[in-house]
Amino acid sequence: MTRAVVLLLFGVLLCALAGCGERAQVVVFKQGVYQGKPDTPPYQNPPFNGDRAAWERTLATRAQLQNEYKRTHRNGNG
Amino acid sequence: MARMKFLCDAERCIECNGCVTACKQEHDVPWGVNRRRVVTINDGVPGERSISVACMHCSDAPCMAVCPVDCFYHTEAGVVLHDKDRCIGCGYCFYACPFGAPQFPQIGVFGMRGKMDKCTFCSGGPEKDNSREEFTKYGRNRLAEGKLPACAEMCSTKALLAGDGDIISGIYRERVTIRAARGTRSGPPWGWDSAYGAAQPAVAGGK
Repeated sequence: MTRAVVLLLFGVLLCALAGCGERAQVVVFKQGVYQGKPDTPPYQNPPFNGDRAAWERTLATRAQLQNEYKRTHRNGNG
Repeated sequence: MARMKFLCDAERCIECNGCVTACKQEHDVPWGVNRRRVVTINDGVPGERSISVACMHCSDAPCMAVCPVDCFYHTEAGVVLHDKDRCIGCGYCFYACPFGAPQFPQIGVFGMRGKMDKCTFCSGGPEKDNSREEFTKYGRNRLAEGKLPACAEMCSTKALLAGDGDIISGIYRERVTIRAARGTRSGPPWGWDSAYGAAQPAVAGGK
């Protein structure tokens, strides 16, 4: 019982001491350098799994679908 | 790969606002925030022109230059994104942007400005790709799925082009050349004079 009380008091004391800690409350800015969270490249995750070339090929093919001159020609309509 | 860019063909845009709707729907954009909008010049006057405008993902982005907390970054593909956890909603980027791209959702009854929101070129933000956190903060990450921005892919007249700058400028160049060859549009592209003076561009020649 006494041991439990001592442990409890010790815990309370630790918590109280934690409040005395002095940590910087503001971030240190480096002018002109991105300060946010890091981002992963879009080809990092499935379905490309890090294959940048495949991702670029897919986007290039998809971008060409915006060219209806090629789309109509490919479909045999002129 | 070059840089990801938008290009709006003013000869084709019919002000249908399909791009605006596609963007709103794709990213579940809140009321009052317009990541994309259609601007019409000389509305109702013969010869009016419309262009679809959003963040142009500038190579030397003014928003990035003025941000006091440096929350903007360029991706490898040249897309300008920002970290909403770091954004303080000051609105400096809104003053700096020549396109009015940064948007500020109204939070609360007093209309306080929230974190800045803008077009992400459908490439999410600094969260795990295609995660719930990314969707909630930035919208869907279509680029990570191998797709192009929804606004351009939904454009019915293909006025709005999106993708690798080299590819979409090639598509546009082909259009201008074909128009000139067919005689449907003999002059320079709309806006050419404003941008480059009255000199004629080299659009002659066929396919």
